[in-house]
Amino acid sequence: MTSRIDQRFAALKAEGRAGLVAYVMAFDPDLETSLEIIKALPAAGADVIEVGFPFSDPMAEGPSIQKAAERGLKAGGSLKGTLDLVARFREADQTTPVILMGYANPVEHMGAEAFATRAKTAGADGVILVDLPPEEDLETRSALGGQGLSLIRLATPTTDAARLPVVLEGVTGFLYYVSVTGVTGARAIGVDAARAAVERLKRSTDLPIAVGFGVRDAQSASAVARAADAVVVGSAFVDVIAKAAADGAPVVEAVSAKVSELARAVRTAREQDKTA
Amino acid sequence: MDARKNWQDLPDASGKFGIYGGRFVPETLMPLVLDLEKAYAAAKADPSFQAEFDDLMTHYVGRPSPLYFAERLTQHFGGAKIYFKRDELNHTGAHKINNCIGQILLARRMGKTRIIAETGAGQHGVASATVSARFGFPCVVYMGAVDVERQKPNVFRMNLLGAEVRPVTSGGATLKDAMNEALRDWVTNVHDTFYIIGTAAGPHPYPMMVRDFQSVIGREARAQILEREGRLPDAVVACIGGGSNAIGLFHPFIADESVKLIGVEAAGEGLDKYNRHAAALAGGKAGVLHGNRTYLLQDDEGQILEGHSISAGLDYPGVGPEHAWLKDTGRAQYLSTTDDEALAAFQLCAQIEGIIPALEPSHALARLGEIAKDLGPDRVVVMNMCGRGDKDIFTVAEALGKKI
Ligand SMILES: Cc1ncc(COP(=O)(O)O)c(C=O)c1O
Repeated sequence: MTSRIDQRFAALKAEGRAGLVAYVMAFDPDLETSLEIIKALPAAGADVIEVGFPFSDPMAEGPSIQKAAERGLKAGGSLKGTLDLVARFREADQTTPVILMGYANPVEHMGAEAFATRAKTAGADGVILVDLPPEEDLETRSALGGQGLSLIRLATPTTDAARLPVVLEGVTGFLYYVSVTGVTGARAIGVDAARAAVERLKRSTDLPIAVGFGVRDAQSASAVARAADAVVVGSAFVDVIAKAAADGAPVVEAVSAKVSELARAVRTAREQDKTA
Repeated sequence: MDARKNWQDLPDASGKFGIYGGRFVPETLMPLVLDLEKAYAAAKADPSFQAEFDDLMTHYVGRPSPLYFAERLTQHFGGAKIYFKRDELNHTGAHKINNCIGQILLARRMGKTRIIAETGAGQHGVASATVSARFGFPCVVYMGAVDVERQKPNVFRMNLLGAEVRPVTSGGATLKDAMNEALRDWVTNVHDTFYIIGTAAGPHPYPMMVRDFQSVIGREARAQILEREGRLPDAVVACIGGGSNAIGLFHPFIADESVKLIGVEAAGEGLDKYNRHAAALAGGKAGVLHGNRTYLLQDDEGQILEGHSISAGLDYPGVGPEHAWLKDTGRAQYLSTTDDEALAAFQLCAQIEGIIPALEPSHALARLGEIAKDLGPDRVVVMNMCGRGDKDIFTVAEALGKKI
């Protein structure tokens, strides 16, 4: 049986379009609302869901996702709670891939094997651990692999040709290209450089390539979607959630509208190329 | 021979001390830390690098620092002879400058043009600002907003030295959060920036590199005590924040198995008070933070705790990975001191030795009585007086209910 991630990227390829990977933080602004948000994402146009599990020290995160983690922790969020959240999402959706994203320590604390088993049971498909580079990920990667889950690796503008084979070794699922040097959400993506990077990566791997960090609007999402297999958007959605929650506005509707807007941009990006 | 006793060979090629250490950084930083490792290895093998380091140690820092026989404290406790390694007499008032000299020389060698640092007590920030001024680099120091408040004199010093101090308000707004923010800066400014980490923690090669630069303390102390007493000490004692002054003192004695290595952590309001101490080795569990695997204060979900200590320099929920390994192997032992005990030791030292210690080494001082008595009168103990107390007078006055 091929994984949900592989199936989804195969379907996107067949449709001739890029996918939208939507990131939100578990327990932001609270458990039940975040479940409703995640449930609404596929209908709004998200092809893959990344669920952040809150961590006290998110060292690669910009202010938006830092604050989301603080809200999530305040609402009682944890890795265990995030796994339970994913399990509840899975009850109603068997096809949308779910990637857990966060930092190594909560996983280390749970133990790699226990985490892999629980993630599988919950219905997660992949895991991104920001501070677990290839040199340190063998135990976690093997544990996840044993359950048929992917440990998604990151490539960055500082990953040079000499290092790329280290990043690609043993990787499954997709490759996540972090398109800016910096924290999440802080810098706008350099679209041309990102597209050039995707072309470079494509020469070294057959894996689908998702591009993220710094994609905030329809224009940049569309531009990236012309080259990459998927576009990852996080801070822009998290900001909408934060604002709606603070204003007492309907959070699920607000974030769904933003997801729809960016999904449309991603879905139609290559059509524009064709008609142009 | 027990492979665990190959102390001098650690860390291994992947930066590990047993299971501790390593390089737990985002991919963006990975090529940089690998680069740094290569650059440091080349510098270490280059006699001109060591010569310049030594020259600055002598003429800029004021080394060697004296090894002082604390006669009245020895009489007071009535046990082993107590010596202070006087690193508080260094330029800028603490051991932190030793490491900063080493790292700024490396930064220059690597062609970097901008310095960042994190600081808790402000001593490492001052030392980083100092070497940045001396070598003509712009310098940004991240400091928790709480620490900016409790270490005002050092904030002003950093400003005088031309550094920009950026208060950090995320998390508990102390040293851990300052380190997060410095790492975020580094991820953002990968091409021109050198991150001077202030303690023997962080991703490999930092714990090794900081240890090597700080080992000047132990090398001098070893030679000095051999000259003074004709023998090695029975114990060497140092306070532990991240563990740089302690590992600097310990490391040159590590193969001398007769020498006890004793580190003293901050017990804050008491080890039994949840999240109200900063003793990672005594009260923490292995985990991953700030680039290394080590003992960390954390909750049942693997969230890092803020911890607490009256001493801003010890107020850190982690500890350098080499100490984690020295603890597990039993080569070193780790004690702890509460805020109140540290305050009492601070005053005692001022009153009977005429030395106002920093609050950090006051934690080591507070355990000296028991250590000296346990060892007995014919024995010798060396404590690292790693910083002077000028920066702490406001904190101490407040704790004592005095207005200044
Ligand atoms: C005087 C002094 N001693 C000790 C420390 C703790 O650091 P470490 O354990 O790395 O020596 C500090 C940190 O700021 C300090 O200023």
